Amino acid sequence: MGWEPAPRQGWVAPHLASEFPGLGIAWVEVEAKPGKSSEAVRRRLRDLSDRTYGAEAVRLRERPIPWAYRVFFRQIGLDPDRQRTPIEQLTLDRLHDGGFRSRGLPADALTIAIVETGVALRALDADSLEGSLCIRDTAPGETLPGDPGEVAQGTLVIADAAGPVALLFGPAGEAQRVERATRRIAVVATQVRGVPQISVEEALWMAAATLQAG
Amino acid sequence: MTVLLRGQQASRLRVGGDEAPARAELRRQIGRLERELSALIAEGFGRVAIDGAVAGSSPAPRVLGLGELERVRDELAERVGEARRALAERSSFEAANRELLRGLIESPERHKWVRVSRADVGEPGCGAWHSLPRLGPIGMLMGWWRVKVSSGCPLAGRLAAVEREGLAAGPSGVCA
Repeated sequence: MGWEPAPRQGWVAPHLASEFPGLGIAWVEVEAKPGKSSEAVRRRLRDLSDRTYGAEAVRLRERPIPWAYRVFFRQIGLDPDRQRTPIEQLTLDRLHDGGFRSRGLPADALTIAIVETGVALRALDADSLEGSLCIRDTAPGETLPGDPGEVAQGTLVIADAAGPVALLFGPAGEAQRVERATRRIAVVATQVRGVPQISVEEALWMAAATLQAG
Repeated sequence: MTVLLRGQQASRLRVGGDEAPARAELRRQIGRLERELSALIAEGFGRVAIDGAVAGSSPAPRVLGLGELERVRDELAERVGEARRALAERSSFEAANRELLRGLIESPERHKWVRVSRADVGEPGCGAWHSLPRLGPIGMLMGWWRVKVSSGCPLAGRLAAVEREGLAAGPSGVCA
């Protein structure tokens, strides 16, 4: 890839890959712990706030990458007007709060990368992950680690070798959430049809670089 | 374990067969309708409220079957149809108002007291054109009518002052 840490490409269950061409998952692991963001990161959030206007928010859903996620949400039964795509949720929060509020690392790093690229990112505790990440649907009786409820059969999840770690575009299992004790963070990008590979790599690089810089 | 899961999932989903191309086509149609709806919502923003929500969606992501995809496609098509109708109605309303505004500006005396706002003609901002008599009652008697153009949206400073005045005056409508 030419930059460190290099992103890793996960796999998609073959029957899902044939249903959803272009669906993919990639992640990068970074030595970083949650905490307050540096002044440089908070300044960057302020700069981003200045560049994000109401008019842009209205036109957001017409831009190729946010549109691609909206379409994918529709295709997997989610209503993007009720359960927002990551970029739309951040833009709405920006308009509601009057700016991108600093919520510490890694949330600020994800905000910067998502708003700049439009790519859907999430953060997981890298030390709690086993093996490679994938996107698949759940088998009967599977649960998210640490969560009592069973995940309905056929739900699309992000999983590792041990089992589901998070719902696709939904909450993560308790064990995989980034907590105060986290020391390595996995920034995970979900790619859908219409999102260029270069944008995914840029988003991962941006989030990882922000996390490393603190 | 991974290999085992992959095998189980493939059999469980009952994908493939003749339905796969139909599902792919429905997904393509959903994408096209979503693009169209997004454009209509952006076009109508601030002029007409357009509902983009699709009922019957699932709380968790999953592979939708043919019937479910058809329902999403049909709902989206309905939303697009509603949005087009709402925009067309709004456009004709604005066109009529533009015509009225032209007449108002040309001869305010024939449009006494008529007020046309910028929103009524599909323009952004808070301004309005208002046919009013010059010099009040004298103008009314003499037939001296003119169009007064308002200066636009109230300034935030003025609104803040009003808010402060309201606070200073204390709660209204409460009997001591």
